[in-house]
Amino acid sequence: MIQAVVELSHQIQAFLDNLIPLIVALLGDLLAAFLPSWAVTLILMVLGIVTLSTIVLVGFMYTTLAERKVVGRIQDRLGPNRVGPFGLLQPIADMIKMFTKEDITPRGADRLTFNLAPVVVAAAALLIFAAIPVGRGLIGADLSVGLLYILAVSSVSVIGILMAGWGSRNKYALLGAMRAGAQLVSYEIPMVLAAIGPLLLAGTMSMNGIVEAQGVVWFILLQPLGFLIFFIAGVSEANRTPFDLPEAESEIVAGYHVEYSGMKFGLFQMAEFISTIGISAIAATLFLGGWQGPLLPGYVWFTAKTVLLVFVFLWLRGTLPRLRVDQLMGFAWKALVPLALLNILITGLTMVVHPIWAVLVGSLVALVLAGTTIHLYAEAVRRRTRPRFA
Amino acid sequence: MEDWLYVGLYALIAVILATVPLLVAWILRPKKPGRVKQSTYECGLETIGDAWIQFRVQYYVFALIFVIFDLEVVFLFPWAVAYRQLGLFALVEMFIFIGLLVVGLLYAWRKGALEWV
Repeated sequence: MIQAVVELSHQIQAFLDNLIPLIVALLGDLLAAFLPSWAVTLILMVLGIVTLSTIVLVGFMYTTLAERKVVGRIQDRLGPNRVGPFGLLQPIADMIKMFTKEDITPRGADRLTFNLAPVVVAAAALLIFAAIPVGRGLIGADLSVGLLYILAVSSVSVIGILMAGWGSRNKYALLGAMRAGAQLVSYEIPMVLAAIGPLLLAGTMSMNGIVEAQGVVWFILLQPLGFLIFFIAGVSEANRTPFDLPEAESEIVAGYHVEYSGMKFGLFQMAEFISTIGISAIAATLFLGGWQGPLLPGYVWFTAKTVLLVFVFLWLRGTLPRLRVDQLMGFAWKALVPLALLNILITGLTMVVHPIWAVLVGSLVALVLAGTTIHLYAEAVRRRTRPRFA
Repeated sequence: MEDWLYVGLYALIAVILATVPLLVAWILRPKKPGRVKQSTYECGLETIGDAWIQFRVQYYVFALIFVIFDLEVVFLFPWAVAYRQLGLFALVEMFIFIGLLVVGLLYAWRKGALEWV
């Protein structure tokens, strides 16, 4: 009896998993009837890309609403609830506002750089999703160097931010852009070093391969320290609180996008939220098992894990105060980089001893060591409360 | 090869998706520029001095260390992928390499290069 139920649930899961590839195959057959094969491939690719991007964009719109709702609840408010039921039409109202706002270009600005910057930032944020496996057998491009590609693309947006900061010819914008540069330079290293852990365990750089390697146990159990470092660095990479120094409202007004208005400002917002979703998706793929999970189809699991991590982002925004610049840099270089190196060492050593059990024990040791280090570091910082200016 | 074609197409479509809203907004939005409106924003005050100055990039040393560690990662990636086949010897070898870089990092730390000044 139980066996029959398990068998049935497996079949339902497989059916739901195969649904989208099936539709794509059917569409391909239909098109192949009156088009050459290269055109069919091209059309299917474009359709896939547009669908994926649309889902991401809708995700972005509702992340803005979710952020206002979650932060509202944390601050004992209701958040937007006037436009549509539960404020569900709020993102659409916001979109209409963005489209119809006047767009001001400051007189002194470098027009080309100023206008190109939002496009660069937004496009770079979208590109992450080209190589992320969103479901069983559902991946845009299963590149053999997928992880390398994603890490490379996720740091391109800082070029757009620097363009915005310089092109605006505004002091706040310049300061914000320079801070963004400092942040990327510091947090890229711990992020990439933390990604080495799953890479060691999976033995492949293909994103699909990394997910398949997590069939038995999710890498967050074997790499808890790696996950923490990756996530902290990811929050910094997406310029979210407590690492939102490039756009600190209370000191440099809005940082690099202070001179932007209308849809260009909207594109910067879009880029920020899409990279939030992107970082969550990467972390879910590398550490939380991506689309792996029982009963439900892969894309549901993947979406659920990503949404969970996005919620953590919003939670952090509502809970933590912003760091100071010197604390930010010090934390990256003095705490995260050594810990990430330690994580690689422990993972490598325990993998030589025995695949799973040793790695589990090693991961716990790493976590304890990390907790001690961060505690000691925080104590040292607290003792020296005043920043050291030369 | 087909995968990289997909990435290329994706890049193209991403740029289009980012440009189309700008074009639509260009059609829809009001256009009433003015002298005051287009002046540089500085909390309502008259702007003093230019923003296009020789900026002292305080994190220059950090950027140098970043380059070193980023190159290290380029070596670490293929090492990590092939680690299962290479075994203990590769681990020792890689840790001599990382160790050298860590000594460099510690030196920079002791010298005060990791302080934000």
